[in-house]
Amino acid sequence: MGKKILLEHINVPGIETYDVYRKQGGYTAVEKAIKTMSPEGVVEEVKKAGVRGRGGAGFPMGMKWSFLAKPEGVPRYLVCNADESEPGTFKDHYLMKNIPHLLIEGMIVSSYALGANKSFIYVRGELMYVIRILEKAIAEAKAAGFLGKNILGSGYDLELIVHPGGGAYICGEETALLESLEGKRGNPRNKPPFPAVKGLYQCPTVVNNVESIATAAWIINNGGDAYAAIGIGRSSGTKLISASGHIKKPGVYEIELGVPVEEFLYSDEWCGGIRDGHHLKALVAGGSSVPILPANLITKLANGEPRLMTYESLSDGGFQTGTMLGSGGFIVFDETACVVRNTWNFSRFYHHESCGQCSPCREGTGWMEKVLHRIEHGHGSMHDIDLLVDVAKKIEGNTICPLGDAAAWPVASAIRHFRDEFEWHITHPAEATQPGAVFKGEMALV
Amino acid sequence: MTETQNTVEFTPERLKIAQEMIDRYPAERQKSALLPLLHLAQEQWGWLSPEVMDYVGRMLDIQAIEVYEVATFYTMFHLDPVGKHVIEYCRTGPCCLMGGEEIYDYLKQKLGIQAGETTADQKFTLKEVECLAACGMGPVFQIREQYYMNLTRDKVDEIIAELSR
Amino acid sequence: MEDIKPQLVKVTIDGIEVEVEPGTTILQAARKIGGNVAPPAMCYYQPLKGSGGKCRACLVRVAAGSAKDPRPMPKLVASCITPVQDGMIVENSTNEQVLTTRKAIVEFLLINHPLDCPVCDQAGECDLQNFAFNHGMATTRYEEERRTFEKKDIGPYIQLHMTRCILCYRCVYTADQITQKRVHGVLGRGDASEISTYIEKAVDNDFSGNVIDVCPVGALTDKTYRFKNRVWFTKPVDAHRDCPTCSGKTTVWYRGDEVIRVTARKNEWNEVTEFICNTCRFEKKKTSDWVIEGPTKISRSSVISANKYRGDLIKPDFQRKLAAATYTHVDDERDTSQLGIQQLTPERFAPVLPHANDPEP
Repeated sequence: MGKKILLEHINVPGIETYDVYRKQGGYTAVEKAIKTMSPEGVVEEVKKAGVRGRGGAGFPMGMKWSFLAKPEGVPRYLVCNADESEPGTFKDHYLMKNIPHLLIEGMIVSSYALGANKSFIYVRGELMYVIRILEKAIAEAKAAGFLGKNILGSGYDLELIVHPGGGAYICGEETALLESLEGKRGNPRNKPPFPAVKGLYQCPTVVNNVESIATAAWIINNGGDAYAAIGIGRSSGTKLISASGHIKKPGVYEIELGVPVEEFLYSDEWCGGIRDGHHLKALVAGGSSVPILPANLITKLANGEPRLMTYESLSDGGFQTGTMLGSGGFIVFDETACVVRNTWNFSRFYHHESCGQCSPCREGTGWMEKVLHRIEHGHGSMHDIDLLVDVAKKIEGNTICPLGDAAAWPVASAIRHFRDEFEWHITHPAEATQPGAVFKGEMALV
Repeated sequence: MTETQNTVEFTPERLKIAQEMIDRYPAERQKSALLPLLHLAQEQWGWLSPEVMDYVGRMLDIQAIEVYEVATFYTMFHLDPVGKHVIEYCRTGPCCLMGGEEIYDYLKQKLGIQAGETTADQKFTLKEVECLAACGMGPVFQIREQYYMNLTRDKVDEIIAELSR
Repeated sequence: MEDIKPQLVKVTIDGIEVEVEPGTTILQAARKIGGNVAPPAMCYYQPLKGSGGKCRACLVRVAAGSAKDPRPMPKLVASCITPVQDGMIVENSTNEQVLTTRKAIVEFLLINHPLDCPVCDQAGECDLQNFAFNHGMATTRYEEERRTFEKKDIGPYIQLHMTRCILCYRCVYTADQITQKRVHGVLGRGDASEISTYIEKAVDNDFSGNVIDVCPVGALTDKTYRFKNRVWFTKPVDAHRDCPTCSGKTTVWYRGDEVIRVTARKNEWNEVTEFICNTCRFEKKKTSDWVIEGPTKISRSSVISANKYRGDLIKPDFQRKLAAATYTHVDDERDTSQLGIQQLTPERFAPVLPHANDPEP
């Protein structure tokens, strides 16, 4: 299943430059779209492709585009979400650094489709060196006539602006990102109104992830139907997976959606299996916020069929036995990893990253972190476990934005699947607080 | 860090960049340039003193409090003086799986400081940060725009030796 | 041109139907019905544009989205910012999930709140106290350390006790919307966020005192009133003066015949509708400064009204005039009783109406 759409030319030397990218067929999608297609036609192809938002939520990109309000005389904006900060996810970083022009080309095609004349790429501030790469690429594209006034003589104008963040995971939430882009604190907005109606500067706005926008060039060159033919059902196309943790070959891989999880994990083409002498204990398939699954649930569905790398298959079984594809942050844990410590770590992350605007998230994330810290450091009691589950439940669904859910799920799922490990920390504090100590009880290792 | 905080003004080159940054955004939306300008200011002064933030606020014609609100929200901005090199060390899960905590302890011991502190010679400041989006290359830390990845004790030794020179 | 009247929409909240204008929020529609049907609000403040959505105290369940699309909404929604649709069915106090969630919100708001009501000036007129009393649990499950801050003076009149703050942002919106220059704001992030001026700066403008009134808790208090009294010992009257800066319409709070505090007037939802200036608030502390209109209407369930006004003894129409006359003459011996519950008995209303507004001797 080696279909490559985004990373096809990744190993071509100099692909980060305009000249090499152009030689590999770059910017033909811009030419095709602007010279031969109407903006509506471009939207139609993307809709047909069925590409789903690659930032984590999985909302169909074409549908998002078609919701964009188009009042007379009001500018519309396209904003690319390159604030990649979800633990376990580093695909956008990889893509922008190595093939910046793929994103620029996607931005031009997408902006044309949406009728935007000023579009933004919001990159997390830590990636300042990537911002400089993108700015260089934009200057090259502009010099080649693909950006600026009257692109390819069509009368269509487009300016691309790379905007740095300042260090805040929450700005990956689209309305927090827009607030941040307006020069404010990254507090997510109440919805409705949605950005499609009132987004950046209160104007209609589409916010899409880097990887989503990067698919646009291929879709225009090859047609939406061709894209939809890749993958399985509603999980069409390819997906960049960021693989990390206890595997032989960590890195970013492009897979055709539908690859079995087991194959992705063990094949030499991808992760290459668990590092030598160790066994799979647990896996987070879609970035730190999705439920963690134990080894016995990750590769097979309840009915014994193999679990696949698709939106549907990964969530099969709901939150009882399933998880989510999310942003494709594939974090692998072998038997040396302590689930309690990792849960505390993730919980600290969400506590640190909560914007503090709404009370369940502001107060609840800190509460969970403190309780988990106690358990991990040998000061927990049995009722803490149920307390954690209850606090997670009270946060979930009651917050302004999905950060509350993202903070609740890792805690709830870790306790659901590894409760004995939490209990061991509480009943054996002296042992559990030894450096590198890990629960060795009954566990399904694969 | 060569300039004093008293002369709060961008260098001519940076002033030009700042004006270009402001001009990128639509009219009346100059506040959008706040984060870019704060990065630019931190590049010049090393950290953001109230005077520097007030200066940026004046450039954008916004209230000083609007700058403080933003600068304190985002973790990349240093609100106190820092050493020559600020080491921003990733403490998040995937890096920890790769031995991030052990390397971090080693680094702290080597520098003789804890998170948030600066070495006596003002060379290094240590900050803990969350995920830097380089999980496959963990453990990771960042100094200014440079990422240092797949850290080991030896690598840490090399980097610190190099930067201490 | 024909007069186009907006078509009213029908919405049912807790089984009670109400007709409101399109665009009305669920919370405002519920307030129109009144009583327990109105969800509590800790951050929403009708006069402040953009407020609401943050505290999540007003979450309700929408059992049917509209007549056109009667599907329920998947999550509880913040009633203060969610507009009604024609045919919408809302469950507030009739829904178990709503009540459970509300209990959780109380718990969240209280885990970092100091529970120092016995020494807090806001006690007795505190939105959080009322919210916790009505919806919370009597115990806490929180065993961790609470966040604390040093008390700070922000200017000569206002003290900020950040430890009590629930980050409703009301004071920030107030400063943004009724003053020229905001100098305080929300700094930091998450549960380390704080209301602050960052560097020491006085909040100094003619209307700064209004942040005290909008604060739902005792985080922003009036330094001219601090520790002077408990609100349930005091008697509020509506009063006005000819003020060149603001409307001059205030509530003047008495202890005995001493004016101990001046605030803006609040409606039944505890919201100020007309903001007042600092001169009226902080400097006009004599009865002679004011034209007294009559006792402030206080909810019967409030501790402020405890045993003060006996509706059964005073005819409503007469009450206002009568009280205007009496408040300058009240002696307050009984205020020193242990419980501090005073009874305003009919004999204390001296029938001397013509002199009601005379300057004090």
